[in-house]
Amino acid sequence: MQWTVEMLSVIGAVIAVSFGAIGPALGEGRAIAAAMDAIARQPESAGTLSRTLFVGLAMIETMAIYCLVIALLLLYANPYVG
Amino acid sequence: MEANPLAPDILFTLGPAPVSRAVVTTWAIMALLTAVAWAGGRRASAHAGALQTTLEIVVETIEKQVGEIMRRDPWPYLPLLGSLFLFLVAANLSAVIPGAKPPTGHIETPAALAVVVFLSAHYYGIRALGGAAYLRRYVKPSPLLLPLNVLSEITRTFSLMIRLFGNMMSHEFVLAIVVFLAGLLLPVPFMLLGMMIGIIQAYIFTVLAAVFIGAAVGGELE
Repeated sequence: MQWTVEMLSVIGAVIAVSFGAIGPALGEGRAIAAAMDAIARQPESAGTLSRTLFVGLAMIETMAIYCLVIALLLLYANPYVG
Repeated sequence: MEANPLAPDILFTLGPAPVSRAVVTTWAIMALLTAVAWAGGRRASAHAGALQTTLEIVVETIEKQVGEIMRRDPWPYLPLLGSLFLFLVAANLSAVIPGAKPPTGHIETPAALAVVVFLSAHYYGIRALGGAAYLRRYVKPSPLLLPLNVLSEITRTFSLMIRLFGNMMSHEFVLAIVVFLAGLLLPVPFMLLGMMIGIIQAYIFTVLAAVFIGAAVGGELE
């Protein structure tokens, strides 16, 4: 079988998204667990905590989004495909 | 389903210049924000009406937040940061209007906003400290770190751009896939999630811009 740049790009995009999702998923899980723990200890600070948590989650999620951008670049704006 | 999320969506051409949907939406948002601000501040009085009171609450909330982040008088920086936040909220929420696409979902608008933040951080820093003292912050812990400090200026502007663009574009993409797969009511929760993401991303962009400007004015990095 002949490998073409298109096939390798699709495989590269799949690998980028799938492996790029692992790290942020673990990070978000830890962040939410820590926030739950903190809310259970101090329920009165739930407002501040959840606001900070959302901002932090969006920051962590950005790492996965970077991988998605790379995957979309590979699929739609690949510089090596004529 | 949209074929290519990275290509601009050209509506019409004005002479030689193609005008994309994002540009039309941007001008509509600018007109809307200007009209609301003009209507609210036209006859400002101590006995404020409903619109003026609403605008005052918004401005005071932004002022308090920016002051907490920068830990100095926020008023010199409030015109830039406040209009940045209001524009981003309006732009990210324009996804809910049928026919309008959020301009932040294409790479040009986040790139332009990131360049604005980059340049204005240097402008405020040089104005507050003077040129020599401002440049000294790049060699501050040690002159060995000069290349890293210059590099971090570029990468943080780039990541500011990609963060906003990637979040808004990927949300639009996910929505297109859900509509493509299953019909009428399933996309609604995703759209609600998208509204939350839009407001959070506007907040994050503004907070990071405030942090960069505050660091430049205070003469430290980050």
